[in-house]
Amino acid sequence: MTTSAASYIYRIWGQRPPFYILIPSVVAALAMVLPLFYLFLRAFQADSGELAELILRQRNLDLLFNTLKLTLGVLVLTTLMALPTAWLVTRTDISCKRLITILAVVPLAVPGYVMAYALLGLGGHYGVFAQLFGWELPRIQGYTGAVLALSLYTFPYLFLNLRATFLGFDRSLEESAQSFGYSQRAIFFKILLPHMAPALMAGWLVIGLYVMGDFGAVALMRYEAFSYAIYTQYSSAFDRIYAAWLSLMLLALAGSFVLMETLVLKRKRLASVGSGIARPKAASKLGWKALPAWVYLAVIFLSSIGLPVMILSYWLFLSPPDLRFFLEVPGTFLRSASAALPAALVAAGFALPIAYLLVRYPSRISTAIERSTYIGYALPPLTLALAMVFFALHTAYFLYQTLALLIFTWALATLALAMGPIRSSLMQTRANLEEASFSLGHGPVSTFFHVIFPRLRRGILASIAIVFLFCMKELPITFLLAPTGYTTLAVTVFSRTSEGLMAEAAPFAAAIVIFSSLSVGMVLNREGKQ
Amino acid sequence: MNSMHKVAADQQALMAVEGLSKRYQEGNDLAVEQVSFQLYTGEILALLGPSGCGKTTTLRMLAGFEHPTAGQIYLHRRDVTELPPQKRNIGIVFQDYALFPHMSLLRNVTFAMRHLPKSQQQDKAMQWLELVGLTDYAKRYPHELSGGQQQRVALARTLAAEPELVLLDEPFSNLDAALRESTRKEMRSLFKEAGTSVILVTHDQAEAMTFADKVGVMQKGRLIQMDTPQQVYQHPANAFVAKFLGHTNLLPGRALGGFAETPLGNINLHTASEGDVQLSLRPEDLELTASDNPQAARVVDREFRGHDYLYVLEQDGVQYCAITPSHNYFEVGSHVTLASARQASVLPSAGL
Repeated sequence: MTTSAASYIYRIWGQRPPFYILIPSVVAALAMVLPLFYLFLRAFQADSGELAELILRQRNLDLLFNTLKLTLGVLVLTTLMALPTAWLVTRTDISCKRLITILAVVPLAVPGYVMAYALLGLGGHYGVFAQLFGWELPRIQGYTGAVLALSLYTFPYLFLNLRATFLGFDRSLEESAQSFGYSQRAIFFKILLPHMAPALMAGWLVIGLYVMGDFGAVALMRYEAFSYAIYTQYSSAFDRIYAAWLSLMLLALAGSFVLMETLVLKRKRLASVGSGIARPKAASKLGWKALPAWVYLAVIFLSSIGLPVMILSYWLFLSPPDLRFFLEVPGTFLRSASAALPAALVAAGFALPIAYLLVRYPSRISTAIERSTYIGYALPPLTLALAMVFFALHTAYFLYQTLALLIFTWALATLALAMGPIRSSLMQTRANLEEASFSLGHGPVSTFFHVIFPRLRRGILASIAIVFLFCMKELPITFLLAPTGYTTLAVTVFSRTSEGLMAEAAPFAAAIVIFSSLSVGMVLNREGKQ
Repeated sequence: MNSMHKVAADQQALMAVEGLSKRYQEGNDLAVEQVSFQLYTGEILALLGPSGCGKTTTLRMLAGFEHPTAGQIYLHRRDVTELPPQKRNIGIVFQDYALFPHMSLLRNVTFAMRHLPKSQQQDKAMQWLELVGLTDYAKRYPHELSGGQQQRVALARTLAAEPELVLLDEPFSNLDAALRESTRKEMRSLFKEAGTSVILVTHDQAEAMTFADKVGVMQKGRLIQMDTPQQVYQHPANAFVAKFLGHTNLLPGRALGGFAETPLGNINLHTASEGDVQLSLRPEDLELTASDNPQAARVVDREFRGHDYLYVLEQDGVQYCAITPSHNYFEVGSHVTLASARQASVLPSAGL
């Protein structure tokens, strides 16, 4: 018989995972909790009198109200853009469906701060519109600007979710409703919409978390949301304890958002039926309604793609900056890549054992470890970055202002992203193959290189690419953690735009857009396979 | 079995399993409970049972993929319970073959030949492929092969590692019926010629009885009976084994030494017994004779199976089954008398 300690381990694990899988997984899970710990540590450094004053400030309520207002605005606007578009490409006879789908995903290549750049460059006395047509549009900024910039960038997430659900929807449900004599309209609201709820919720969750955590667009639009306040608190006022408290409040907000979604979704899932093998619904005839549909799509695509393309083209070709600004781009690009690539490798390196643990040794502990990777993803980036600053200052000063800290933090933020492709390719590889290899006398190392790795190669590469692309356009974490003088493409766009140097920012913004198109290409590729 | 005998047997046994148990999760029932048996070199053992009886779990513990909750596994009297699978030298052929999809057949086979120097691997692998008749396909990839061919590659790959013992996990279940029988025959003669020791897991009683030298019947995690196919079939240890190995008639009776009084009259017993007993009588051991007596058994149903008929008969509200050669037939609704042509086996009372 085994000792009681060993049998206790078996009891929790069911099966024993080898230490070379277990140790990196546990390390990663601990690293996820680390920033939270330092955030609390810093926040509670204030004495009690100060604490009460910090927490009960009227400004906190204002920030909360502003952030909620922003999130709600973006969710409403993105739904108004994504829902009809998804319906048009899946349920109607509208032509060029493939093209519309591509166009609805392309805005992902224009990060929020580049979208803000485009919107800011449009209006006002020196705006592109005034320069080109001699007609001065009002400057788009503040609340309107922030909502527009974030919506135009994020609506593709919702579109993709909704499109997948529309495509997978079993038409027999609709057909039975039709047989009871319900109109198309009634079917949409009574049958389709309730079944869309999980997809809507999932899309809203991604967008909501992004909006709460976004810093670039909000800061450029000078809209007083939590993240902007954290940034000004940290960078100019240097009141770090208050910055920590604001971060905690933002964290609580994001956390309650996640919790709310989970609760709602749990009940929804119980109510929905198994998908089975769904037959696609015959397309509804648009007829004359095709015209307003195309007008609607034109407005969406002109603002989400046309606008940034127009503004960037203006500053690049009609009113270009000095040539030396163009020549700075390759160097900056390489500098961004020199940190993004190691981060991608680290994230994929940790994702591999965790995914393996989750797929091959399912247990409550492996699920808990996997869930913990979402902490880094769901944490508002500024909160995460600030926590890492506190960590470096308090415990690991040698890391402060180093690339290593930036790389480590990027890896924490993207571990959940890196898990996706690796986990799904691992799920497609049966455990049998590894067992066969073991029974033929091969040890774990030989089995990994001969049997597992060849099957996972594509998944691992996809993980590395996703994280790399994410880091290349990442702004808030870079902004707080990059060593002095280490400027990336994103930081350059941000700082020049905030100083009104639109022309000088243009080459860098264009580089980001072109490069991000790669990630959009990957998304489209994956969608095409579905 | 006295203890002297047991020690002597242990010394010859290739594999000995003692008190093997497995519990997957605390609070769950044991998936495998106190399984003990021995396997001798060159023997083919079939573990037979319905799905969920623990036979596959047992096999996976022997291979080293599952860690037993209790019990020991000995290979050549060496305790291998704690050894990882790659150190056991036990080969396994999976139900779905588990061929490496990114390797050619030849590479799949050479992958198993770690014990040989690289220079010899190719030639030797070709010999293994020749054994299963697939040399022409050496450069092909698994997905280009039919199910039967894949299975033969899996077997060649397992044999190429030259294991002490080969485990087969439902090896014929993915083959269609026509192929199954011939593959079974080929594989059995191949194992017998090479003197390979084999443990096979199956839920198909016909497969177990035709393929194996010994059949171990499992029920709810326990090994109920292990013996030659003939013995297990004719003298099942309990009602479950009797029913699992084919159609049977379970009769209550009152034993009076060498015979018992039953609803079908007096029936001779295989082993003398006294008191209330349960008897198992195979359908082919029942003799049917046409009868005019309306009190005799009535033919309720008749199923033509080519070489024979399977009858369902009813007498005094109880149903019986009988198998007769196909030249010998009775109409549904007609009456027949039932008589036992063979000694019935007495089921131990634990099986009631």
